[in-house]
Amino acid sequence: MSENLTEMRASESPEQSRWSMVGKDPWTMPIEKIDLSHPGIWHTNEFLPFLERLRKEDPVHFCAESAVGPYWSVTKYSDIMEVDTSPHIYSSEPTVGIIDSYEEFTLPMFIAMDPPKHDDQRRIAQPVVAPANLKRLESIIRERVCNILDGLPVNEEFDWVKHVSVELTTQMLATLFDFPFEDRYKLTFWSDAATAIPGAGVVNSNEERWAAMEECLQVFTGLWNERVNAEPSSDLVSMLAHGEATRNMPPMEYLGNIILLIVGGNDTTRNSISGGVLALNENPAEYDKLRANHGIIPNMVSEIIRWQTPLAYMRRTALVDAELGGKQIKAGDKVVMWYASGNRDEEAIDRANEFLIDREKARQHLSFGFGLHRCMGNRLAEMQLRILWEEIMQRFHKVEVVGEPQRVYSSFVKGYTHLPVRLHPLN
Amino acid sequence: MAKIRFIEHTGEEHEVEAQAGGSVMLAALTNGVPGIDADCGGACSCATCHVYVQEDWLDKVGEISPTEEAMLSLSTDRQDNSRLSCQIEITDELDGLVVTTPEFQF
Ligand code: HEM
Ligand code: FES
Repeated sequence: MSENLTEMRASESPEQSRWSMVGKDPWTMPIEKIDLSHPGIWHTNEFLPFLERLRKEDPVHFCAESAVGPYWSVTKYSDIMEVDTSPHIYSSEPTVGIIDSYEEFTLPMFIAMDPPKHDDQRRIAQPVVAPANLKRLESIIRERVCNILDGLPVNEEFDWVKHVSVELTTQMLATLFDFPFEDRYKLTFWSDAATAIPGAGVVNSNEERWAAMEECLQVFTGLWNERVNAEPSSDLVSMLAHGEATRNMPPMEYLGNIILLIVGGNDTTRNSISGGVLALNENPAEYDKLRANHGIIPNMVSEIIRWQTPLAYMRRTALVDAELGGKQIKAGDKVVMWYASGNRDEEAIDRANEFLIDREKARQHLSFGFGLHRCMGNRLAEMQLRILWEEIMQRFHKVEVVGEPQRVYSSFVKGYTHLPVRLHPLN
Repeated sequence: MAKIRFIEHTGEEHEVEAQAGGSVMLAALTNGVPGIDADCGGACSCATCHVYVQEDWLDKVGEISPTEEAMLSLSTDRQDNSRLSCQIEITDELDGLVVTTPEFQF
């Protein structure tokens, strides 16, 4: 989502070494200097002990100075729940990213709106990802999963991220929007462009980014015009075009909703697909449990999503003065809920630091958030992962990780850019 | 003690005995009644413990709080007799309560 962009900007400045915590000792550095917002420790996979220290010693922690300004870090499950379920105190406006949005690049999206506007807009978009609708998509999703898996090379190294995680989520998005299938790579491009840092590969400047957004709007306006004159159908564009509250949506709001759905469902699912393979390789006893019982897959999917926590945090802004975990939060303060930490909180989750695919209450994790903004696509994400693992287990004894994974440079999107694997077929 | 009858969308029924003080959601979970996920563990913040309360019981299951109303109002399967079962506290008066679980929790 659009926060990477600012993180990168901050970190690519000459300030980089000043703010990065890479290589520092999490247990002895001055606690007030701990700054989780810098992408460094997320990129190098060093973040866990920093989270643990904050949970133990200062669960509602104030970082006074950082590349993104002052902010609170909330690291315990119960405190995160409190923030997430108090939208009248902790607002999602103006943005849920750690950086205040750039004037030149803000799109209205309901993820960053408070009630009642949030509720009205969400109600319109929601049916497309409701289970009743997903049920109808299941067979086409399974067909696409099978095609992808059957096309993979066996017994040779390839990149799981590129050939499975990205490919599958892209196809899924195209299905959801009923987007012309052969043009589906545009969806990933727009998603990446919306969140990219100018100059880092995807787009070279803000102008280029806006050009991509304009193209996106143009193509989706075309789809809108096509569908508004046709019978209502179950794809998302048709639902927006026919919906009472969205029919007269201004173009920028339409674009915002489209981008929210593309971005929301893109990196998150992609990184859960990669993260599951890695977790099973790092925990061979769990992989054995899975081989012995495929019925465990739905439970495992929840555990993978907890373990991965594809979005490390969501940010709120205090509307009024409030007390949280004994600390005084002031109106206007940034409050960051570190889901990646709450999901490892031993006080809330039994054996929280172990990956256990058969754990009880596996669904009780923070990865989708809670409250009014709870992830709208959660059932879709779970369904994709369930189908994928069902089909993987029909084909392969093991998806073996054969090299070092490379992680995304972001404290927000927690995921992988590269995961080398080798497939071992079932006999 | 109260007897509670859960009816799945398929029509299959489960009758459980529940202690006063707990919630209808907990009664389902501790007795292995399917159809209720309760992802937030009873914090009124996930809406995956959604049930339909049989009409005769609607005035006995207590008021809907503003938080519950907010969560319910986002549900795609909302009906007039919708409730979040973690927000219904069991009392002896609820002996005989009948609720239906939806096909999907979302
Ligand atoms: C494993 C995969 C996923 C994870 C971990 C995830 C995580 C999240 C989180 C943490 C939020 C809460 C935002 C907040 O509280 O401020 C959220 C909201 C949202 N997600 Fe997801 N998501 C996933 C998949 C998806 C998919 C597949 C879609 C799209 C179809 C999607 C669409 C959305 C939307 C539209 C919202 C905004 C909801 C609102 O503000 O009411 N997500 N997601
Ligand atoms: S258990 Fe989450 S709302 Fe009832």
